[in-house]
Amino acid sequence: MPRAFTPKVITANALIEGDVIYYTSDDTWSRQLSEAEFLTDEAHAQLRLLDAQQQASEVVGAYLADAKAGENGPEPTHFREEFRRTGPSNYFHGKQAEL
Amino acid sequence: MYQYNDFDSAFLAERNRQFRAQVERRVSGALTEDEFKPLRLMNGVYLQLHAYMLRVAIPYGTLNSAQMDTLALLAEKWDKGYGHFTTRQNIQYNWPKLSDIPDMLDALAKVEMHAIQTSGNTIRNVTADHFAGAAADEIEDPRPIAELIRQWSTDHPEFQFMGRKFKIAVAAGAKDRAVLKAHDLAVRVVKNDAGAVGYQVLVGGGLGRTPMIGKVLHDFLPREDLLPFIEATVSVWNQIGRRDNKYKARIKITVHEHGLEDIRARVDARFAQIRPTFTGFDQELFEEIKTHFAAPSFRNVPTDAFDAAYDADPLFRSWVDTNLAEHRASGYAIVTVSIKKHGATPGDASAEQMRALAEIAKTYGHDELRISHEQNVILPHVHKSDLPAVYAALRDVDLHTANIGLVSDIIACPGMDYCALATARSIPVAQQIATRFDELKLEHDIGHLQIKISGCINACGHHHVGHIGILGLDRAGVENYQITLGGDATDSAAIGERAGPGFAYDEIVPAIERLIQGYLEMRQGPEETFLEAYRRLGLAPFKAWLYPEAQAHAA
Repeated sequence: MPRAFTPKVITANALIEGDVIYYTSDDTWSRQLSEAEFLTDEAHAQLRLLDAQQQASEVVGAYLADAKAGENGPEPTHFREEFRRTGPSNYFHGKQAEL
Repeated sequence: MYQYNDFDSAFLAERNRQFRAQVERRVSGALTEDEFKPLRLMNGVYLQLHAYMLRVAIPYGTLNSAQMDTLALLAEKWDKGYGHFTTRQNIQYNWPKLSDIPDMLDALAKVEMHAIQTSGNTIRNVTADHFAGAAADEIEDPRPIAELIRQWSTDHPEFQFMGRKFKIAVAAGAKDRAVLKAHDLAVRVVKNDAGAVGYQVLVGGGLGRTPMIGKVLHDFLPREDLLPFIEATVSVWNQIGRRDNKYKARIKITVHEHGLEDIRARVDARFAQIRPTFTGFDQELFEEIKTHFAAPSFRNVPTDAFDAAYDADPLFRSWVDTNLAEHRASGYAIVTVSIKKHGATPGDASAEQMRALAEIAKTYGHDELRISHEQNVILPHVHKSDLPAVYAALRDVDLHTANIGLVSDIIACPGMDYCALATARSIPVAQQIATRFDELKLEHDIGHLQIKISGCINACGHHHVGHIGILGLDRAGVENYQITLGGDATDSAAIGERAGPGFAYDEIVPAIERLIQGYLEMRQGPEETFLEAYRRLGLAPFKAWLYPEAQAHAA
């Protein structure tokens, strides 16, 4: 039996800066996970991923990442995505310092 | 050290010009990411978790003060003020912008440095014994042969699109300080019974998913046969190595599947074919390269200042006893500068520290520096009379930690704090272990103990050959750490044994503490190291310390 679809967001790295970005519902890229489009339908998620992947002059490596609904928008479910939205743990660098 | 000739400079300028144009074409949309990726990888540019990463080659770990100053410049101008020294004697920058990287490469070229073949399925930067040219136990300086291999492998047309990467190490010491047996191919300078110098070639070592210890492919090659022999070996693997599965593509698997005898026969056949095409040009080049590595003119002056400081200052004495190694010239010492201050990130140096190291090397160290695979910096030639001044200068920039070879001298890969391949973090685990043993004030009592941490199965942190190895994994969405024991990175190379079930992130440091407590209880005396005690006692008694609950349950 196919596994049930779990909610997703689309994330990638910016082409020039290389930092983590998220695809929003109005076809723009945000630095903040909370602004990402929260995708609960599998077919819609696949279509949105195709949209995102076509923006090759802006982004690299767009993919669907698991997310859950939070008070202020989507939140990560896996620690890798938590680090991606925050930054490294040894220095106060990356998103945690910039946003 | 090696000085570029006109050909080298022109070659590098052309490569940098090409890469600048490739970046422009990627940004303009003329190249897709799929087209661009192999090009950027060949020039050391990765895309990691939070940013791009530029890996700069430090061939065989050797650099001068001008080069170290430029590494500091890159850190300050285009990164966040620091760089990370790696287990392959390179340096990585964690935060460059893609559009800045061509400028970074041009700045490197001014001091004869580059990032070529620090990634991709090519022959990677050649590593060497970090005490090369200084060690008391070596037959000759192995770096000229490393430089010859670097030149031969750079842009070698046959070896640009291989099934997988290929790593070579070179050493000439009685002791193996270059982890030779964990390399795809290793060259060891040896002497035969007649007193002639030649090369032993090892093949098929490697860590990662399937760790293997390298095997002797040839016992003694005369000088003029080395390069064609290496070419024959890489060529055979490039032909028959598996391309169907990247996890089975490295030469260690090829040797394992075909058997050493079969590989040897194929290499011999290929060698016979290509040997005549090496008509002596490589040997002329080798003779020329050797002149670049002439030993510095060592001074012969009294060491009274050293003796006085050693007697008077206990902190200096502790540093001397822990961080110095024997030099081949009398009155000299090899200084290992610890880049492992307790609680700091292993291998990270700030721009200020890099500049200080450059200045110390220029003033007191015959303008030479080395990076070790253990992620420390070496001043290979320091006269003992200068050691008090060197120590004071290191103390000014917080580089005076006396912990070489001790429990806090930990190898750690970047792990999931930076690396896109990682399955768990390694840096904070290293930081916490070092901090904990510093609090306990036990590390000098514990003695020689190597902890090596990798944040994924690819084993950049060499965990398989750590006396204590730690491997970070993702177990059902949670970080989990497996411990291996009894690994060895030297001549008596061995792959560590898995101790049992893994530990959660907040359990790993207490587990390591129990393990080391157990060692202190069980050792025959302070002269028996952790590894010796492990070899005498085996896994079982250490397991009892690691898993006390399981023991209580069984009882």
